[in-house]
Amino acid sequence: MRDLMLAFRAGGGFGLGLAFFLIVTVLVPFGVGPQTDLLSRIAPGILWIGALLACLLSLDRILALDWEDGSLDLLATAPLPMESIVTIKALAHWITTGLPLVLAAPVLGVLLNLPGPAYQWVLISLAVGTPALSVIGTFGAALTVGLKRGGLLMSLLVLPLYVPTLIFGAEVARRGADGLSVQTPLMLLAGISFGVIALLPFASAAVLKINLR
Amino acid sequence: MSLWEYANPVKFISTTDKVLPWIWVLAAGCLATGLIWGFFFTPDDFRMGSTVKIIYIHVPSALMAINAWLMMLVASLIWIVRRHHVSALAARAAAPVGAVMTVIALVTGAFWGQPMWGTWWEWDPRLTSFLILFLFYLGYIALWEAIENDDTAADLTSILCLVGSVFAILSRYAVNFWNQGLHQGATFSLDREENISDVFWYPAVISMLGFALLFVALVFLRTQTEIRARRTRALLAREGQA
Repeated sequence: MRDLMLAFRAGGGFGLGLAFFLIVTVLVPFGVGPQTDLLSRIAPGILWIGALLACLLSLDRILALDWEDGSLDLLATAPLPMESIVTIKALAHWITTGLPLVLAAPVLGVLLNLPGPAYQWVLISLAVGTPALSVIGTFGAALTVGLKRGGLLMSLLVLPLYVPTLIFGAEVARRGADGLSVQTPLMLLAGISFGVIALLPFASAAVLKINLR
Repeated sequence: MSLWEYANPVKFISTTDKVLPWIWVLAAGCLATGLIWGFFFTPDDFRMGSTVKIIYIHVPSALMAINAWLMMLVASLIWIVRRHHVSALAARAAAPVGAVMTVIALVTGAFWGQPMWGTWWEWDPRLTSFLILFLFYLGYIALWEAIENDDTAADLTSILCLVGSVFAILSRYAVNFWNQGLHQGATFSLDREENISDVFWYPAVISMLGFALLFVALVFLRTQTEIRARRTRALLAREGQA
């Protein structure tokens, strides 16, 4: 079932998030000017925001397609509990969107003149933080799945929920860039990720059940 | 006699109809007393001058902005557990009021901050978390508006309210961490019992009471309106069938 969904997903929009991430990072120097010292200072934050937006952009794909062709109803009647369906959906989203973003971030870091020690911390913080983005995003997607113009509303709902993850993730990257200790924010970021993975699928499943009613 | 009797819309409307005028009068009285006392009959602060007087609007509205969300949280829980429609409607009714309170707190804070800190906006933990709270209100209201089926909307928004509360608290601490880690916060600690003398304290308390009563009155009124609007819609639907 997991493979099925991955194959299903690989067809469309696999590279779209990545391309969006690239565009955002390319646009930033146009916006703030090409001074390398300024760019290298804001690079960790830009990479995080770019990854977050790319993630957001692909959220409505998590459930909308399955909703439209009715396979979500089929999944709901399957013996699997809704919680695990939602978790697997989030996992599929992370593998198709989060993981490529994590891997692409160091490459894009070159464009932004990311300082040397920051590379590993951007990579690590994104690797730890993006699962949380996927799981929270699945909650948002489940909330708005039945709506016709759900995309914009979903952004409004999901973005405030992303705040803590973004704060700690960017903090890890920034401290890493400055050569400071990253232990505290990294542990808090991991705490958010694990907590969200453990608890939020219940809320997403409840919401999805209401929407399928 | 129990609290749950008010879950009956008829009972709710008849009771609140009786109580509402008194709450309005009390709220207006408290607000007038607190604000007039605060504005005209308290001395200027020796450091902040007359700008300190905005506190009589700023602090109560900030207080109610948070309490409104708490009230929505409780009402959402009641809706999830006991499925009383009045509770869901009260949560819906409270959201715009809370959002407006948040805006008032932010705007008066900006007016106060401009002469005091020399800036309209500072990425201070408190300011930032209030802005995030405002975003939560916006999302909550938007979700209510977007969904047509009333019960579905009530279910979804109440779950959003629960999840949002957890994340709002998380954000509050995350923001705290974020700013202290970077640059010094524009520290603004107002520990009432110690920092403020009774001269400022009494009008501030009366004004807070006034804001709380105003909030209760508005929520009652808006809940009544929601109940009546829903009843009208039900009647119209029945007409349409017949």
